Amino acid sequence: MSESIHVDYSTRIPNNVGLAEDARVRRALEKWHPGYLDWWMERGPDGFQQALVYLRTAVSVDPRGWAVFDFVRMPEYKWGILLAPKVEGRTIPFGRHRGEPAWQEVPGEYRAMLRRLIVIQGDTEPASVEQQRHLGKTAPSLYDLRNLFQVNVEEGRHLWAMVYLLFKYFGRDGREEAEELLRRQSGSQDAPRMLGAFNEETPDWLSFFMFTFFTDRDGKMQLEALAQSGFDPLSRTCRFMLTEEAHHMFVGETGVGRIIERTCQAMREAGIDDPTDVERVRRLGVIDLPLVQKKMNLHFSLTLDLFGSEISTNAANAFEAGLKGRFREDKIDDDHRLEHDTYPVPRVVDGEIRIEQVPALTALNCRLRDDYIRDCQGGVNRWNRIIRKYGYEFELRLPHPGFHRKIGEFRGHHVSPEGKLLDAAQWEARKGAWLPNDDDQAFVEELMATPEYRPGHYARWIAPPKSGINNKPGDFEYVKLHP
Amino acid sequence: MTLRKQHVIDPEICIRCNTCEETCPVGAVTHDDNNYVVDPEKCNFCMDCIYPCPTGAIDNWRMVERYYTLEEQFSWLELPPETVPQAGAAVAGEAGDEEAERLIAEAHAATGGRPVAPRLAPQPVVGLYGRAAPAIARVAGNYRVTAADSDNDVRHIVLDFGTTPMPLVEGQTLGIVPPGEDAEGRPHAIRLYSVSSPRDGEKRDSPHLVALTVKRVVVRQPDGQVHRGLCSNWLCDLERGAEVQVVGPFGSTFLLTDDPEADILMICTGTGSAPFRAFTERRRRTMRHAPGRLYLFFGARTPSELPYFGPLQKVPRDLLHQELVYSRLSERPREYVQDRMRARAELLAELLRRPRTHVYVCGVRGMEQGVDEAFAAITRAHGLGPWEALRGRLVEEGRYHVETW
Ligand SMILES: Cc1cc2nc3c(=O)[nH]c(=O)nc-3n(C[C@H](O)[C@H](O)[C@H](O)COP(=O)(O)OP(=O)(O)OC[C@H]3O[C@@H](n4cnc5c(N)ncnc54)[C@H](O)[C@@H]3O)c2cc1C
Ligand code: SF4
Ligand code: SF4
Ligand SMILES: [Fe+2]
Ligand SMILES: [Fe+2]
Repeated sequence: MSESIHVDYSTRIPNNVGLAEDARVRRALEKWHPGYLDWWMERGPDGFQQALVYLRTAVSVDPRGWAVFDFVRMPEYKWGILLAPKVEGRTIPFGRHRGEPAWQEVPGEYRAMLRRLIVIQGDTEPASVEQQRHLGKTAPSLYDLRNLFQVNVEEGRHLWAMVYLLFKYFGRDGREEAEELLRRQSGSQDAPRMLGAFNEETPDWLSFFMFTFFTDRDGKMQLEALAQSGFDPLSRTCRFMLTEEAHHMFVGETGVGRIIERTCQAMREAGIDDPTDVERVRRLGVIDLPLVQKKMNLHFSLTLDLFGSEISTNAANAFEAGLKGRFREDKIDDDHRLEHDTYPVPRVVDGEIRIEQVPALTALNCRLRDDYIRDCQGGVNRWNRIIRKYGYEFELRLPHPGFHRKIGEFRGHHVSPEGKLLDAAQWEARKGAWLPNDDDQAFVEELMATPEYRPGHYARWIAPPKSGINNKPGDFEYVKLHP
Repeated sequence: MTLRKQHVIDPEICIRCNTCEETCPVGAVTHDDNNYVVDPEKCNFCMDCIYPCPTGAIDNWRMVERYYTLEEQFSWLELPPETVPQAGAAVAGEAGDEEAERLIAEAHAATGGRPVAPRLAPQPVVGLYGRAAPAIARVAGNYRVTAADSDNDVRHIVLDFGTTPMPLVEGQTLGIVPPGEDAEGRPHAIRLYSVSSPRDGEKRDSPHLVALTVKRVVVRQPDGQVHRGLCSNWLCDLERGAEVQVVGPFGSTFLLTDDPEADILMICTGTGSAPFRAFTERRRRTMRHAPGRLYLFFGARTPSELPYFGPLQKVPRDLLHQELVYSRLSERPREYVQDRMRARAELLAELLRRPRTHVYVCGVRGMEQGVDEAFAAITRAHGLGPWEALRGRLVEEGRYHVETW
């Protein structure tokens, strides 16, 4: 094991990148730090900055470094700069430089492309914190409140991770980009976040769980692809971030799962056999499964837009340059250059959806999206298993990738969740049945209006988790609201 | 019937995030479209996957006669019910073995309350190997760590477990099964020894190399006869390559906290220094610049009888504050650990005041009495209230630990 798995606490910013010896970058980060804290106070979790939260902090980047759980005030969380251990002799795994030693410095010819990849990734991190800032006030339990805050501080740390790369490797441009990351704001008119889904609201906890399940999973896919990068510092940063991302996925998958569980339970108790009898189910004070499906449709489709156009020369360039690979590139058995391969991409041609073979290099976004859909399907299967356990016929389904899209091949077309092309009138007539409408949203917001802050208690619309965080007992006070 | 411990993943909780597969250093985790599973033939219980797992799904264990195959695990929708109640990490006691349980309980008797593990201690494995199927190790090194001319023969013995997994964390003990039988033809009782190497092994990245610190017991009895301790003498005389039967690991409360901000106060005599060598090495290797510091009060008769005197001189002072105390120096009055504690009352009072300080006392049975008296004097003089009350709180918070034999 190399020295650099160990985190240095002697500087203000915990790190395993030798900041103590790197005065230039350290000073730049220390200058950026107050602005970051201001951002956190102004646009981070609203109303909970003084609460003591039971959080997990990485103390080293070896596996055991994850063992530390403790009560902290969020503004005092140890946002650090942590890179996965260096793999000696690592080579560039794909593209035209495949087999050459991985870059430890930015290759001059790819500087702009690389900076853009880092800035786009970096922009998503603070965005979700902003989107989620009001959710604490309607938390269904202290357990869920704690999970929300854990996700938030880790997104904050992801921002640090990207900002470090900007300061360390991109000089003045990097510094300016780092300032911009704090200036842009989710949903803002004049300075919105760079990607669409990160300007949407996260208005309620069902949306939050869907967001962490679907949209954080896009983050995971992007990080997986960047973890393959020939630019070694980026690869190591992303590999470490993936461990945190896994927790976000957990929050989403179990959050939705617990909502489904509670709904099924309540329906059984009330003797309801038809889960689509929305009105009766809602009267029980739980979330009907059709609404779960609608929220799924919404968040899934918004997230697919984040993958960019299915056919993209940018993606091809980044791959050929060795900067951004495919999902688990290291486990794929091919030539890792793709110059002569093709990939099937669904497109709208002559009024129908057809699968066309396109050059694999330009279809990389589509491929990553397909890997993403497979990953999502695993979680959806688990949700359906819960429904079946209660003896209901209802099945949640991921909509067709063409459903409700604003970017890429399906832009400007209307596609039903089953994958049928529709005209505008048909779409307008049906969309309220497929996406949450105003009534749905009003119902959810009213249902969730009052928070549940008593230790060990849960709002009536969500089941308790199967086990506590870090094996804590059921009535553990995960957040001390008024310490 | 021999039971074996199997590492399993709860498919109901697992979210298939791949973190464990990515983490496992020996490639024991694999998956299909349905489940993530652990290959029982490969897993060596290193516990590396436990902490990064976001769900806790991977922290599951079964005692089985026959391993569940990969195919069986792939088909699970939920974990099969436990047929044998005692399952590794979840054992109620400190040892999962009656004989060792009793020895540990006696060694912890002077704690001043029911021992509680530090809040941020790693989760230990206990009772992996019992008498019925002990782990076999070979001696990889055996050398003296007290001066050759002193009466006190203490040895640093390195055991090589080869491919046999021996997951340990700092503060745990191993049991040695001495060969042969006693006068009545029963197998000898096991003897416990504190592990003096950290969890990643005697050298970095060598978890199969485990160090013990063994004192050769030679006691002159009232009738003038000399009793040579059975197990310690056998161990101290072992040559390189000799085979040793080992049971354990044992101990689930006298453990080093992982908290980098905790100050660690270590008080010991003789081979009581063994676990503290492991503590110091762990901090040195993984948290060299942790804000919390280590403090060692270490008593011996003379420097030449103090185990590891030489190596201790090389430990950086900003990592480890040392108070080496001698009771048999010629021109000097006798000084014991408790005397030095009183002399450093200011420092100790300050440490006791800090909310994250952890105190560990280890060594010969009876030393805890002097230590308790010194603490009582210090807390009285520094307005910290009665020692027993403070100690009670520290014990409950997992911050006060005693192991003496
Ligand atoms: C939790 C725990 C941790 C331990 N850790 C260590 C360790 O790290 N290193 C280590 O060397 N030992 C350690 N021991 C002690 C060890 O287990 C044995 O008890 C010791 O080695 C004596 O065993 P033996 O077979 O050599 O002596 P035995 O043949 O069992 O003879 C023991 C007899 O000798 C006498 N005796 C034993 N030790 C002493 C002594 N030190 N001074 C005077 N008389 C004595 C006693 O009267 C006892 O009746 C530990 C014990 C426990 C319970
Ligand atoms: S780390 Fe945990 S949750 Fe993730 S795949 Fe492994 S067992 Fe499942
Ligand atoms: S305990 Fe260690 S060997 Fe076993 S699965 Fe986990 S990481 Fe792999
Ligand atoms: Fe993130
Ligand atoms: Fe995330």
